[in-house]
Amino acid sequence: MLTQRIIPCLDIRDGRVVKGVRFQGLRDAGDPAELAQSYEQQGADELVVLDVSATREGRAAALHTIEDIRRVLGIPLTVGGGVRTLDDALALLAAGADKVGVNTAAVERPLILTELADRVGRQCVVLSVDAAANGEGQPGWCVVTHAGTQRLDLDAVLWAEQGQSLGAGEILLTSWDRDGTLSGYDTALLREVCRSVRIPVVASGGADSAAHMHEAFEAGASAVLAASIFHDGRHTVASIKQELAGQGVEVRR
Amino acid sequence: MPREVAIIDTSVANNASVRALFERLGLQARLTCDVEDAIEADALVLPGVGAFGAGMGLLDECGLREPIRERVAQGRPTLCVCLGLQMLFEQSEESPGVTGLGVCAGGVTEFPNSVVRPQFGWNLVPAGAADDGGYAYFANTYRVTQAPEGWDVSWSEHGGRFVAAMRRGGVLACQFHPELSGAYGAKLVDSWLRTAEVGTPC
Repeated sequence: MLTQRIIPCLDIRDGRVVKGVRFQGLRDAGDPAELAQSYEQQGADELVVLDVSATREGRAAALHTIEDIRRVLGIPLTVGGGVRTLDDALALLAAGADKVGVNTAAVERPLILTELADRVGRQCVVLSVDAAANGEGQPGWCVVTHAGTQRLDLDAVLWAEQGQSLGAGEILLTSWDRDGTLSGYDTALLREVCRSVRIPVVASGGADSAAHMHEAFEAGASAVLAASIFHDGRHTVASIKQELAGQGVEVRR
Repeated sequence: MPREVAIIDTSVANNASVRALFERLGLQARLTCDVEDAIEADALVLPGVGAFGAGMGLLDECGLREPIRERVAQGRPTLCVCLGLQMLFEQSEESPGVTGLGVCAGGVTEFPNSVVRPQFGWNLVPAGAADDGGYAYFANTYRVTQAPEGWDVSWSEHGGRFVAAMRRGGVLACQFHPELSGAYGAKLVDSWLRTAEVGTPC
């Protein structure tokens, strides 16, 4: 039986690990290859690296960081952030990524998902969807881009579904409302997206405990992503998995 | 144990991960599309990410169909990963009309609608063809559900049983990715390298 995945996420900028609340106020949290290796040893099922560099130099540094991580890492590596073109994606795969996350580039030009899937197979293509509640009495969620500063007139659930038809093999679903708040995943959003697609959905944004992760799995997520709760050392992947197993969740141990 | 391993260069995706695994095991890893290499290499890896049709197209383009077919038929040390396993069969629902290597009879079919596809993640592989068994990382939409004749098979479950790994002589074929299966994958490949040479030819 397929187990539920726990995925630590490293945000890197200029080749170093950072994690900020709502993508602002970044603080340095350590060496990427070192952290990657320790997460594998703790039992991480996969690793996601998001490049939040703002400059071309920063993104070039990220490629070297991916190479460094690949050398030591024996579990799957998804890299996202900064993927603008097909060539960006192929460069990340060549550097050692197993999957590439595409976000804004896909919103702007959805066919990039198809081109990438045709070239490397859909199992390498992850559609990153950043979603925020419509609010103001409107139900549903819209897609947000540019670190949350732009709200699009695009329904997040519909977009995930389109992404699947276009070639995405997995959805990385981040709740902009919950990211960095440690108040739990947006399970209503998760439930809607999981009901609409048959590819795996990775829940992201808001995790602070094994209980939050359990809720995400119950909402239909195949995997959960978390950053700060692991970086801070309050929990290890192993301790989270032990708790989840105690709650009857199938995890790899 | 061989000191060098030749990896068929599929020009896509998981080459870097496969290569990194062998380097961590202390071997030289070389990417190649050369026919001589495919015939002569002490240990050969047929990786595979991507579509069945594209994978077979690449082997044909490089003239590798017959050399690999023969090598596998003889049970010489060969590791086939994911699509590499599927290409050993006659055909696949993924690419109708494309002829596989046909070392094994039968075809490759899609997972049923009732389960999440692709199968992404860690699934339990029982002891058998894949040594002691353990959790391995899968990333596939298609799979084999019939036991190929003459091979030792380890079965996993995802919407019914499917071939997780199969072994005959020096050939180990894995539907999962040993290069992404952490300590379990590394141990499996290390043990394949150690025993492949003494595998009985078929």
